[in-house]
This record gives sequence, C-alpha cells and structure tokens, in this order.
Amino acid sequence: MAISAEKIKELLRKKFPQADIEIIDTAGDSNHYSATIATKEFRGKSRIEQHKLVYKALEGAMDGSNGILHALALQTKIK
Amino acid sequence: MNENVKSRIEALINEHDVVLFMKGTSKMPQCGFSSRVVGILNYLQINFKDINVLEDDDIRQGIKDFSDWPTIPQLYVKNAFIGGADIITEMTMSGELDQLFTEKSVSFSQEAAARIREENA
Repeated sequence: MAISAEKIKELLRKKFPQADIEIIDTAGDSNHYSATIATKEFRGKSRIEQHKLVYKALEGAMDGSNGILHALALQTKIK
Repeated sequence: MNENVKSRIEALINEHDVVLFMKGTSKMPQCGFSSRVVGILNYLQINFKDINVLEDDDIRQGIKDFSDWPTIPQLYVKNAFIGGADIITEMTMSGELDQLFTEKSVSFSQEAAARIREENA
C-alpha cells in the first residue's frame, strides 16, 4: 500500500495551515517517509501529544495493518 | 478493545518496570523501528520485558487502542507510555531518556549514557 508525499503534505497542511512541513520518501517506495513539522500549534504540548496530532491529521493512514502508510519517521518542532 | 485484552496489557506493564511491545523479540527483532529501540535499551543495559505483538493479534491491536498510538514499537516505563521509536531516539540523544530512568529509579549504565551525551553534545 502506498501514499504520495503530496497526499501526506495535503493532509498535514489541512490540520497545520502555517506549519513548515518537509516530507522525504526515504525508501523510494512511497511507503517509508520521514516528515519534519514545525508549527506553533505544538507549543505547550508533550512530544507524545505533538506526534498524536500528526497521526490524527493523517486520518487513519497509519492505523493498523491496513494502514496505507507503513513507516513515517516523525520529527516535530515548536515554531 | 475488550476488557480481557485491556487487563492483560495492564498486567504486563504492572509486572515489569520496563516493557517493550515490539515486532519480533529482543533476540530477533523483525522490524527496523523495533530493533532500533532494542538497540538503545541494550546499549544502556536496561533490563526490559519484550512482548512480541506478531504472536498475538489481540495485543497487537489492543496496545494501539490502549495508548491511542497507531504504531509499534511502544515503550512503557513503570506503567507509563513513553513513546515509539522516534520519540525514544530523540529522548536518547537529548539525554531525556536516561534522566527519565533516573527519575523512575530504573537502573542503567551511567557510562553508556555519558557516552551518548558526549556524542550528541
């Protein structure tokens, strides 16, 4: 199962309109990505809460074995 | 997630100070992210319980509902969910992980922690 970098960015942009978002397809298979998101919306939130916001923004793309996105190495930053 | 799975998970994280829900075992990790966390815990000489979610679909799905976290591995220390591979890696490099172990009085190799801090200073 695969998802395009644009689709990930679109989903994230919807949830974090002013964020700096960088997506890299690390394995070239549209299934293993690294993403760096910097936004002020992370202020005052623990890393776990920040990452949970990102996973929720991906609307289930990550969930369970039918998750269409196998691996997303995630880095969140507070802007 | 049914009550039975929930109580099984609670029992596991209650019984052991450090529990890693992972794909594969600490001897034979079967996923890059799981093996990275095993590597970190071994490097810091942490005594931990590995739970192979590949052998138990109830736990594999249940743990994601339990922590409201969609991926494996998941690290628990003294009953608390600490994070997945990315967060554990970040915490290791920033020194927050060994600080957490100190606060929760979990023994680890001070020397290994100091080496990590030096490399990431």
